[in-house]
This record gives sequence, C-alpha cells and structure tokens, in this order.
Amino acid sequence: MNFIKILDILSNKELLNEKGSRRDSFQQFKNVGKGIALASIPFGLAATSSKTKAATSSMATAAFQASNTDVLNFALTLEYLEADFYQMGLDSGVIPAEDQAVFNQISKHEDSHVAFLVAALGDDAIEKPTFDFTGGDLMLDPFNDYPTFMALAQGFEDTGVRAYKGQAGALANSNELLRYALQIHSVEARHASQVRRMRQERGWIIQDNNTLPDDFAAIYAGEDNLSQGGVNLSGMFGSFGGDDATTAAFDEPLTMAEVNAIASIFIA
Amino acid sequence: MKKMKSNNLQNSIRNDRRNFLKLSGAAIVGSGFLFMTGCSDDDDQPMPEPDPEVFDLGPGNLGILNYAYALEQLEAAFYERVLDGSYWAGAPSSEKQIFEDLRNHEVIHREFFKTAITAAVGSDTSLVLPDLEFDFSTVDFGSRDNVLNISQILEDTGVSAYNGAGELIDVSDSAGLTYLTLAGKIVSVEARHASAIRDLISPGSTNFASDMVLVDIGGSGLAYDKATPPADVLTAVVNTGFVVTPFTANNLPNS
Repeated sequence: MNFIKILDILSNKELLNEKGSRRDSFQQFKNVGKGIALASIPFGLAATSSKTKAATSSMATAAFQASNTDVLNFALTLEYLEADFYQMGLDSGVIPAEDQAVFNQISKHEDSHVAFLVAALGDDAIEKPTFDFTGGDLMLDPFNDYPTFMALAQGFEDTGVRAYKGQAGALANSNELLRYALQIHSVEARHASQVRRMRQERGWIIQDNNTLPDDFAAIYAGEDNLSQGGVNLSGMFGSFGGDDATTAAFDEPLTMAEVNAIASIFIA
Repeated sequence: MKKMKSNNLQNSIRNDRRNFLKLSGAAIVGSGFLFMTGCSDDDDQPMPEPDPEVFDLGPGNLGILNYAYALEQLEAAFYERVLDGSYWAGAPSSEKQIFEDLRNHEVIHREFFKTAITAAVGSDTSLVLPDLEFDFSTVDFGSRDNVLNISQILEDTGVSAYNGAGELIDVSDSAGLTYLTLAGKIVSVEARHASAIRDLISPGSTNFASDMVLVDIGGSGLAYDKATPPADVLTAVVNTGFVVTPFTANNLPNS
C-alpha cells in the first residue's frame, strides 16, 4: 500500500522545491503510475523532511498547499483507519461494558466521517487501505489488551486533531470544505479529550508529553510550542499554570508528511 | 497581609498582564499580526450609522479577532468567578483541577488576543475591544449543576463560534493564514474543554460528544460540531445577560 508514501513524497516541500513545481510531480505521478513514480523520486530526502521544524513548518503558508482532493483523501485515510480500529475494537470484545457507550459513539462518528468524505470525493476517493493494528514490528495487541486499545485510541484522536488543523490553510480556498473540516476537527478533539481522561490523563496536551509507547512520540512532537503568531509566550503566565498551561491552551498542527509517517505504522 | 492574600488573584492577573504586554512589545516585531483593512464582501450594503459611544468590533480580520477576544473575555471572567466560588472550593480534586486548567487556558487565550490585536492595530489602540464588564449575578457559584451547565454552554458556544468564524477570515495574505491556524489551535482546546465538562455532567456516557450538540452533514449522521455565524453567537451571548459593556458587530464579514 504505497499511497501514503506517495502522498508523503508529494507533500514534501523541500523535495518539491528541488524537483520543480508540484504540478510537475503530479503529472509525473499520473503519467508513469505509482510504482515508477516512487522509484523515480529520491526517497532519502522525503524521509528526512522538515520534521525538526514541526512548529513553524506546520503553519499554513502559501509556499505549499495540497489540492483539495489531496487533503480530503488524506483525511479519508485517517478516518478509514479510525473507523476500522473502533469497529474491530467493538467486535473483539476487548472493551469493557462500562466503556461501550463511549466507543460506540466515537465509532459512529468515524463511520459518518468516512461516509461524508467518500461522498464528497466521489470517483476521486481512495480505496480503504489494509490496516495492521499490530503496528508491524511493534507487535501491539490492541484487540486483546485493553490498555493498548486505549493508548492507540488516544494516539489516533490526538493525531487526527493535529492532522485536520494542519490542513485548514489548504482548504481555505473553499468556505464549505473549510467549514466541514473544522466541524470534524473539533469532534476529534472531543474524542481525544474523552479517551485521555479515561486513561487518567488531562483532556489536553501539556508540553509534548507522550504517555503512549515511545514509538509514538511523533504524535506529540512540537506540542510544547510557546510561540503563537510570532509572540513568544514563554514565562508569561506564571500565575496561571505557567508554560504547561500555555502549551495546553494551544493545540499544534502537524504537516501531512508528519501525519503520514505516524499513520504508515498501521498500514500493511 | 491578609488583604493582599484575598486580592491575590487580582494582583497576579494585573502583574501577569503588565509583564505580558511589556515583554510582548519586543516580541511582536516581525510577527504575523499586521493591521488588515480587509473589507467585507458586502460593500454595496449601507453601513449602519456608527455610534461613537459604543465600541464596534470592526471590519475584516480585525473584527474577527475582536470577536474572538470578546468570547475569551467572557469565558475567562466566568472561570475566574468559578474559582472564587464555594462549589469549586469544596469540589473533589479532579474537578478542581479541571476548572483551574480551564481558567488558566481561557485567561491565556484572552491575554493572547489582547496582545495580538494591540499589535495588529499599531498606534490606534481605540480599535482594540476594551475590557468588558460582566454580571454573573444570575449564576449560583455554589451550585455544581449551575456551574457545569453554564460551563457547557460557554464551551460548546466557543467551539461553534470558532468553527463558524474560520471561513470569515481573509486568508489572502500570510497574516490571515496565521489567524486561521490560530483559530484552529484554540478551537480544539475549547472542544477538549467541552468534552471534559460534558463528561463531568454525565460520566461515561455519550455526553462528551452528544447527539444533542452535534449536527449532520449531507445525511452522513450526527458527527459534526456546529459552525455558527457570529451574529447568532453574539445574540446567544447577549441573551445570557452576562455582558454588561455594550458593543456592536456591524462590520463583521459575513462571507
């Protein structure tokens, strides 16, 4: 399943700056097909992208923006992943009775988001990837081990929030699509808060604290950003929870490439 | 000494604000906050007669920023009162923690907007929404139910307000894109708050993302937060009776 990797490449700003316009890359993609396009683009550069500059590079800039179709398919991939995950969780019996109502509700929402995006994309909608929730080498067992299920649920929701946020600028050319994306984005945040609190955590993200396995630190990378709109807020709110509260008061975006790197762990 | 202690919160707010503004004065150089004269798309409509006595939120992105600032002022003021009240004083530590966090976040949002707008308008600070006065005399801050109920309304309203405002931000330059991203950074935190408050009201249920607050898009199901236009949000806010200081929103963009 190389679609994610192709998206990853196409959304890599540095790579594209070197290789010419994005349109050219897309044309190449269309002309020669997935496999060959992959082979023809230097992977090393794509893999070591602008991750270190997460906080600034995730800002919507005019320098690079994906097409609306790219963005919606990107969102659809995540929604497919979430929808499958919760359905398999509910089917597996791993969820205790007292938590069923919550996960039924979340599952229902993810199914709706999939249905909406598939309808919005029409013929352009990607097919559902095959997911592997063991995470391959990570050998996770979320459908037999409830703490693992909960941890992944939190990771997917917090990632979803960051993913939609990172695409707001790219969708700003369409009032409707931007509005719909925002309407989904905040529901993912409601989910994230709920699952976090069920895991005895705060509903919000303090600094870049990762309480999931170390392999998922990328989900929280850059959440410790203290600079908002060019204003350095560091040390400003000593009487109001300090920098911990300041980082929690602002959620941070992830780029498409950063999200795809996380999601690809679960794509077979 | 005693008196100082009872005024501790007020003092720390003042101190924080003073420090904040002083320090940020240097920090804003080169920031994305440039004054925008962004006009609404409805130039052909007659402008309402301006009332020099009443503050108007203003046009374009300035108006949207002032609008968000008004909402954050309301939220912050409410949670400051919650933390002065007897419900909070006697609440279990987990609930105290949540309200303390919410107070902190909303104060931070409020002060952030004050600085951002002040930077955006340059020398003309008369364009910055003034500190609003609130009247919470109808709220029983000793009542858990009452406090949670108002909190839920404020957070759900905040979510729908930012969702509705996103498309009204003029993103034709990088400052506008910065504002849109900032709205996204804040709205998801408001949604996290809403979820937590709703779960306190009805723990372990579907209330955190209730069918009662979500809407449908295109027949795909009740799985989306509302996106409410400013006029409707402001009408709801005015109807709470909490806002004492009058202001108008006659020039906000509506598309």
